[in-house]
Amino acid sequence: MSTVDRDRPNPSTDPAWEIVIGLEVHCELRTATKLFCGCRNSFGEEPNTSVCPVCLGLPGSLPVLNRTAVDYAMRIGTALHCRVQPSQFHRKNYFYPDMPKDYQISQYDVPINADGWLDLPDGGRIGIIRAHLEEDTGKTTHVGGGGRIHDAAHSLVDYNRAGVPLVEIVSAPDIRSAEEARAYVDELRAILVATGASDGKMEEGSLRVDANVSVRPAGSTDFGTRCEIKNMNSLRSLGRAIEYEAARQMALISEGGTVAQETRHWDEGGGRTGSMRSKEEAYDYRYFPEPDLVPLEPSEDWVAAVATSLPRLPADRRAAVAEASGLPAGSDAVATVVRLGLDHLVDAVVSAAGPPDAPSVAVRRLANEVAADPEAAASLDPASFARLVGMEAGGALTAAQARTVLKAIMDRGGEPEAIASELGFEAMDVSDLEAVVEEIISAHPDEWSRFEAGEDKLTGFFIGKVKAATDGKADLKAASSILRNRR
Amino acid sequence: MTSAIETAARVRAGEGRAADVLEEHLARIAAHESEVHAFNLVLVEQARAAAAAVDEAVAAGRDPGRLAGVPVALKDNLCTRGIPTTCSSRILDGWKPPYDATVVRRLVDAGAVIVGKTNLDEFAMGSSTENSAFGPTRNPHDLGRVPGGSSGGSAAAVAAGFAALGLGSDTGGSIRQPASLCGVVGAKPTYGLVSRYGLVAFASSLDQIGPFGLDVADAALLLDVIAGPDSLDSTCMPDPPVQASSRLGAGVDGLRVGVVEELASAEGLTPPVGICLREAAEALAAAGAKVDEVSVPATVYGLSAYYLIAPAEASSNLARYDGVRYGKRIVPSPDADLTEMYLATRSEGFGAEVKRRIMLGTYALSAGYYDAYYGQAQRVRTLILRDFEAAYRDFDVLLAPTAPGSAFPLGEKTADPLLMYLNDVCTVPSNLAGHPAVSVPFGTDHAGLPLGVQVLAPALGEAVMFQVAAALEAAAPAPPVPAMRRMGGPA
Ligand SMILES: [Zn+2]
Repeated sequence: MSTVDRDRPNPSTDPAWEIVIGLEVHCELRTATKLFCGCRNSFGEEPNTSVCPVCLGLPGSLPVLNRTAVDYAMRIGTALHCRVQPSQFHRKNYFYPDMPKDYQISQYDVPINADGWLDLPDGGRIGIIRAHLEEDTGKTTHVGGGGRIHDAAHSLVDYNRAGVPLVEIVSAPDIRSAEEARAYVDELRAILVATGASDGKMEEGSLRVDANVSVRPAGSTDFGTRCEIKNMNSLRSLGRAIEYEAARQMALISEGGTVAQETRHWDEGGGRTGSMRSKEEAYDYRYFPEPDLVPLEPSEDWVAAVATSLPRLPADRRAAVAEASGLPAGSDAVATVVRLGLDHLVDAVVSAAGPPDAPSVAVRRLANEVAADPEAAASLDPASFARLVGMEAGGALTAAQARTVLKAIMDRGGEPEAIASELGFEAMDVSDLEAVVEEIISAHPDEWSRFEAGEDKLTGFFIGKVKAATDGKADLKAASSILRNRR
Repeated sequence: MTSAIETAARVRAGEGRAADVLEEHLARIAAHESEVHAFNLVLVEQARAAAAAVDEAVAAGRDPGRLAGVPVALKDNLCTRGIPTTCSSRILDGWKPPYDATVVRRLVDAGAVIVGKTNLDEFAMGSSTENSAFGPTRNPHDLGRVPGGSSGGSAAAVAAGFAALGLGSDTGGSIRQPASLCGVVGAKPTYGLVSRYGLVAFASSLDQIGPFGLDVADAALLLDVIAGPDSLDSTCMPDPPVQASSRLGAGVDGLRVGVVEELASAEGLTPPVGICLREAAEALAAAGAKVDEVSVPATVYGLSAYYLIAPAEASSNLARYDGVRYGKRIVPSPDADLTEMYLATRSEGFGAEVKRRIMLGTYALSAGYYDAYYGQAQRVRTLILRDFEAAYRDFDVLLAPTAPGSAFPLGEKTADPLLMYLNDVCTVPSNLAGHPAVSVPFGTDHAGLPLGVQVLAPALGEAVMFQVAAALEAAAPAPPVPAMRRMGGPA
């Protein structure tokens, strides 16, 4: 393996290269029971307590498909704009101790969901090749040595996870940077949670991501040789692994070498990828149709019922918040509001029919103060919030005062009007504010003449003086319009 | 010997005791099992307890069920809770299933008394019961000959009078061929009529559990007891089961019977088989059936397709015997790694025939070969089904030989796997089509050894199939009875 320069340029911004990424996301479904048996599907139980003859693959046992898992898979497919179609299960054969039957029941050439897409918040669209159903494996712990199978003294296998339903979502190679990969997984996770199919917990392994990474000269339309990177267990390590791997491949090619198609393991501690197995060592999975299960042919009624029962998805919710507030759908503030599920507070402000810019004020408050304290946000009374936003947008409170009142409501509850008067917050009368502005102008004649001459950046200077002179009680928006009118 | 139907009727009526019925059979086992080796395990104590429970139920006025007090032998690839289930393989050493197969539960619920687990070709792969890790079973008609296979233990147990009924599994003829060689009735039901839950899989798309009986009515009753939907087997049909016993006395007047040309002239058939088949056809015609010849062309490719599909599925089904979770584990050296453990365990745990089929099947599914082998075999399977369906537009049932000959001497075919595989030539088409077929004793060879004739029917055609089988039975010459079966009680 070639060495990689630690001080290499950031591959995501090197204009000479393009990174091509496809992601395979394994999503555990939050069904009550496993995919092919009645065992509990739950995380964190005593090892080997949620097992039965079927999920242990005991001789003579047979799988029976869990209808709820199929329903969840169809929800995911529908939310990803896939074609939901009649499908079939196949056996994927390979030997490993955490696979009770030494084959995995998966889907192969006819997956339940095919050919969809996912829209990123910033407007990009990533193709979805397929989203198929399969069973999870057990979990192996290698004891002794370095925690890898090669040098372990012995290995322990927990089959509680064996047979847990998974949907594997395979993206098209449409992703072009580590950042975009993170945005894709983030958005996918939001969609999965919205469908009710998944809890989206990457840290508990209910969402696992493998990345196919290749690089090519910018402008090329051919794909480079790809490597599959495994073992990233957070969005951060996904980004780091892609950056590392892309840089490794670029360095290799730049030095006249070639990238070998292989599976590589991300070493979080070392911050690098290492070879797991080459293409030559790749398994021949000997897929063939699973004879113990009949073809899966959901009725049209079922497919239609799934589509109508889906809640609004994040992209639609962002569009709705954007429309209500006039802010761009791709803006961070809108994305934050939707990600944290605060859009019902925007709805409350819209229903309250206050000043026209109340919804945009609401989005700002939600994306900043409210988002900073998600726990308090959950118990924030929509009506109180709507009145508070109305007071700020109508000029009864300054932005600074509104923030203080909001914080008080979130800390201890209460009505915004009562808290504002308790704190002595009354927006300064417009004539008082004009008087203050006049005083400041006469105290700073030089600045004023420069401002009059068109030096706009001095607005900040005067606003700062107004803020100081009024102890924060002035409506600064009103102050700047007084300044503009006076010029 | 009394039939299972008579035994159950007497026990249910309180005219006979299940305990006495059992002791009569245990006495024959005690006297002759060492010669026959039908069983891997005789469940003396459990059987006595089950028989006592049946008698108590009758005494208390409860009906124990349709098989009250009937001793049944189970092929040792059917899971029995807490009782070793070996598949006649070393690789399952020490394994006791934590559950009962669905068919076992249905037997127990019907009042049957399970007498033991019978020998088989390892994992049901074979046609002579010689591929058993525990030694061969011998034919009760001639101890120098094989009982057929792979359900040879159950067939021999019924023929010898060790049990009134037996259960086997049939993947390519494993019930019908030993039934023919042992002079008993054996049926493979429609695929999906009987739950496979708890049957240790050989080839999942072909395996079916089916009955052995001394006569057609007994076999049909046993099938009626075990058939029916099961939520534990997705391939088990949800519809109400057909009643195999419903038309046993109806005769064959006006029924259309087709003799399958390709199977009647199959490779390796011995002359007595042809003679018996012709006599059987004539007997049915004499009883009023319209008998004619019919061509089912694709059946000639049956054996080739079968020996790709069955090993392919087996290679996957048998992967789980890897030494990790249960059964045998061989660690070849203290520092052996996982792969070395797998290799040692599977090399020592499996017999030669099982390894041969795992290798064949692995190859047939390999990248680059799948289409030429497994894919092609599946296309042949579709053709066979199509040709059968065409034949059933003109015929109610079909007639064919069961096995190419009578019971052959032990060791005669073990050196040549292909010769052994030819035993299945007339039986595999039904498995590939998923259709039912039954073997009925009909005549003997020159040495007086029993021969069978096969009645084939379309999917869920069990009622008409057994109807014709009963007519054949009525017309057949009296079948030979092994001396050991005459012992103890009326013959
Ligand atoms: Zn389970």
